[in-house]
Amino acid sequence: MEKIKRNGTVLFSEYSRGEAVKKALTQSREDILLELRESKLKGRGGAGFPTATKWMIVAAAQAEEKFIICNADEGEPGTFKDRVLLLEYPELVFDGMVVAGYTIGAKMGIVYLRAEYSYMRASLEGFLESMRNDNILGKNICGKEGFDFDIMIRMGSGAYVCGEETALIESLEGNRGEARNRPPYPVNTGFLGRPTVVNNVETLAAVSHIIVKSGAWFQKHGTDKSTGSKLFSVSGDCAKPGVYELPWGTKISELLEIVGAKDTKAVQVGGASGFCIPKSQFDRKLSYEDAATGGSIIIFNESRDILKILKNFMEFFVEESCGQCTPCRIGNSKLLEGVEMLENGKYTFAYMNKLKDLGRTMQVASKCGLGQSSPNSFISILENFKSEIFNSNGGKNGF
Amino acid sequence: MLVLEKHAMTDEIEKLVEKYGKDRSSLMPVLQEIQKKYHYIPEFAQQEIARVLDIHPVEVYSFISFYSFIYRQPQGRNIVRLCKTITCDMAGKDGIVKAIERELGIKFGETTKDKRITLEFVNCLGMCDQGPALLINERVHPKVTPETAVQIINELR
Ligand code: SF4
Ligand code: FES
Repeated sequence: MEKIKRNGTVLFSEYSRGEAVKKALTQSREDILLELRESKLKGRGGAGFPTATKWMIVAAAQAEEKFIICNADEGEPGTFKDRVLLLEYPELVFDGMVVAGYTIGAKMGIVYLRAEYSYMRASLEGFLESMRNDNILGKNICGKEGFDFDIMIRMGSGAYVCGEETALIESLEGNRGEARNRPPYPVNTGFLGRPTVVNNVETLAAVSHIIVKSGAWFQKHGTDKSTGSKLFSVSGDCAKPGVYELPWGTKISELLEIVGAKDTKAVQVGGASGFCIPKSQFDRKLSYEDAATGGSIIIFNESRDILKILKNFMEFFVEESCGQCTPCRIGNSKLLEGVEMLENGKYTFAYMNKLKDLGRTMQVASKCGLGQSSPNSFISILENFKSEIFNSNGGKNGF
Repeated sequence: MLVLEKHAMTDEIEKLVEKYGKDRSSLMPVLQEIQKKYHYIPEFAQQEIARVLDIHPVEVYSFISFYSFIYRQPQGRNIVRLCKTITCDMAGKDGIVKAIERELGIKFGETTKDKRITLEFVNCLGMCDQGPALLINERVHPKVTPETAVQIINELR
């Protein structure tokens, strides 16, 4: 596995295997939690929940067993940062899991790896084995009496919704990947009913750096509310697609410049479940407080048909909805139908407005993140690209 | 299925359950291993897994029906999955579809008569920076062209 040298100030900065584990084991659990809190690290999967808070709740829980789960079910269209982290920086992710295990009091870590990434499994297992040989995993880790911890890999089987943490847990327990009602949250009732931390691959990688380099160091990067850096998976119409580490707060226009995008019409921020941002808003900042994203950036140039893009997204959601709740199951089909009406020029503005309302209802009434975010593209594209959509079809349906 | 084959399968399932633990959470890995060998989950296997894990066969059926990478029907020896999500679509997915379908004489969603190949669409494979992407069995093939895609597929046995 060749390792290309990547440039980055935080995640891609120097790190050697086991460093974070060794340092963490000299500290008390409270100190680690405080360090993490100071870093203001938030979940990198997209939801942005403060990591320290999650860990604190589980650390404080009284239970026979606790778990740390690494969510490697990266399925959002346009996202591939976890692929790069797991292939090129597994030490960051696994060390982060060991630190989590120590801090929250878990003995077992589980990596839930998407089926599409099966090809990584052998190398990851090999890496875990080398960690065992060096006593970074196993019994009395690094000589720390009484700290036993191991990591196992479980494969998914092709269901996007399992990226949602409660659906992921259901899947691990041998059930259909249907999201649970929340509360209770996994921190209270997680895997096998035990307190469980579920963290994104990138979040765990960030933890390793924070332990070694301090929360204050981490916090210096990014913006006030979005600390640290972010891995952006950039694809679509640009000269240099790939994974980029950039500080939070980077403007969309700056990112486009870096990746060599020309004639850009629109940028999809956050994947199919994110927002389609038009040219007029390219000075917006990528951050939790402005244009939030789990890292997916898809670039569309002037030659792209915006309705075709929207249709692709809506077909995706119709397929991937777990079907458990009505707003999402029926809602997504209705929105897709609406896109087809637009395509054929057989629509009324009144009905399109109703569909936007339906989308807003789905955002609040759906049971999990999938249904809550699936109307985002529909609404943002209909609002931001009105002139293109309603003046197409030869203009005859537009006015 | 012959009686002998049934016995062999029961043995296999019992061994797998021993390996992963007699707990419902072993369902996924057990199914995955059975599928690796048989390319689908035969009905008899579903019943046996249910029996050994002590859950209702319907639960096993319902589980399988949920996940797109686990099959109730026999599949080809090789499963060729082409990403149809947005960036691969923009990178020329349609041309790949045409070339492969023409070459094999079957459509996506179908299996060749000799059971050599099953064609399927999938959603984003996490290779969007290198589309169009194919996933063949467990291996990804980035940046395929109509020509290279067909070439790769023709090499499958
Ligand atoms: S919102 Fe969609 S994916 Fe989530 S539980 Fe409801 S139907 Fe399932
Ligand atoms: S869109 Fe095809 S791999 Fe992501």
